Amino acid sequence: MAYPETYRYTKEHEWIDAAAGKVGITDYAQGTLGDIVFVDLPKVGSKVEKGKVFGSVESVKAVSDLYSPVTGTVLEVNQELATAPEKINSDAHGAWILKVELADPSEVDQLLNAADYEKFVTEETH
Amino acid sequence: MPALRRTALYPVHRELGAKMVDFGGWDMPVEYSGITAEHLAVRTAVGLFDVSHMGDIQFRGPGSLAAIQSISMNDASKLAVGQAQYSAMLYPQGTFVDDILVHKFSDNDYLLVINAGTRAKDYQWIRTQVGSFAGVHISDYSDHYTQLAIQGPRAAETLAKLTKVNLSGIKNYWFTWGTVCGLPNVLIARTGYTGEDGFEIYLPSDEPTSARVWQEILQAGQEFGILPCGLGARNTLRLESAMALYGHEISEEINVLEAGLERFSKLGKSDFVGSQALLQAGPPKRKLVGLEMVERGIARDGYKVLSLAGEAIGYVTSGSPAPFLKKNIALAYVPVDQSAPGTEVAVEVRGNPVKAVVVPTPFYRRVKKQAK
Repeated sequence: MAYPETYRYTKEHEWIDAAAGKVGITDYAQGTLGDIVFVDLPKVGSKVEKGKVFGSVESVKAVSDLYSPVTGTVLEVNQELATAPEKINSDAHGAWILKVELADPSEVDQLLNAADYEKFVTEETH
Repeated sequence: MPALRRTALYPVHRELGAKMVDFGGWDMPVEYSGITAEHLAVRTAVGLFDVSHMGDIQFRGPGSLAAIQSISMNDASKLAVGQAQYSAMLYPQGTFVDDILVHKFSDNDYLLVINAGTRAKDYQWIRTQVGSFAGVHISDYSDHYTQLAIQGPRAAETLAKLTKVNLSGIKNYWFTWGTVCGLPNVLIARTGYTGEDGFEIYLPSDEPTSARVWQEILQAGQEFGILPCGLGARNTLRLESAMALYGHEISEEINVLEAGLERFSKLGKSDFVGSQALLQAGPPKRKLVGLEMVERGIARDGYKVLSLAGEAIGYVTSGSPAPFLKKNIALAYVPVDQSAPGTEVAVEVRGNPVKAVVVPTPFYRRVKKQAK
């Protein structure tokens, strides 16, 4: 699956759509986890910090931490994932987990672009 | 670290796009289409597993029974030709070397099927314990067999398309030999590790034969919705059925009474390694129980079990979402006085106590149909 060029990526396999403030996990991450059964969402209004854990996602076989790509405040969480976490499997780059108000928009520039992330993932699997 | 071992079906798994994982030193498929879909295929239709990593130790000669009786806790003298039994090999202190399946081929010929991760250890143990017994010749035939498990309510119909053997004549935990996919003398056993009806068949382990039979089974099962299934589904299936997995529910640290497997240990028969310890052991202090999560959270292997007061009282041996039951379940060791069904406990999930309740096991029990 193509990695959207308008997104930025972390080496922990989150993406951020900076224009919309949306954060999710990558198609590579969902593929590694397998069937996702639970997303532990943060509370609206809580603070997230770049590089720090803000929640977790669980599949049948494993649990994985979610790391925030940026520092900011949680504006919204995707409630659809509470009842249909498998949306992440079927559409990882559409199924956002939270919307965040960025404290420092320039942080986004430090993240990987689509081409570099794809290269990183290819290296990790070989 | 030694290179991972591969079964003869490794190229087939890669071709199918399986995700591979290191399991006991073997590069095995963990899932193909997804654990949930594979699990449900076995519960409602049929699934096919490559379990060639399992070990196979053959005992031959008139001393075979005496040798097996001295290292196996179940009573192999009760076996008829063509029958298999669940058992375990124990250390002198009554803890587990491994759990095994004993098959009686004839009075002078038995096959022990053992776990993949313990193959070398088990073979060494067997040789040390009974290698010098008179009239028995012990061979490690593990690499001679490709072992396939065909499991699920449509397993018999699937296999029936590939053999003339009367499968309904093979009862649960019995086996026979017959021609399958044109191969003569295939061992066909009505055994499995899924809690579902099904068969395990043992073929020659060359790559072309293994791949051909694999494909023919998938083709035969297509009309029933067969899926190739990996070790991920094998694990969730056996967990729903509360079957022990070596290194989790049973190990060299856990004894037979704690694991609740005393019904398979026949202390009335002649002595076997571990029998004295079990006879002398008092009632166990801890017990293996089933847990069902009450609050939202998934127990995983190794998580702590807490009392409602927050005190650590035990640990989870296996925990997972249960795809068929749609609950989060676990097996865990807890003190005997907190092991009764209905007892409320908590599991520490990533630092937070999450409520759970002790429930009877197995979590899942198949509805047995009338034999056709």
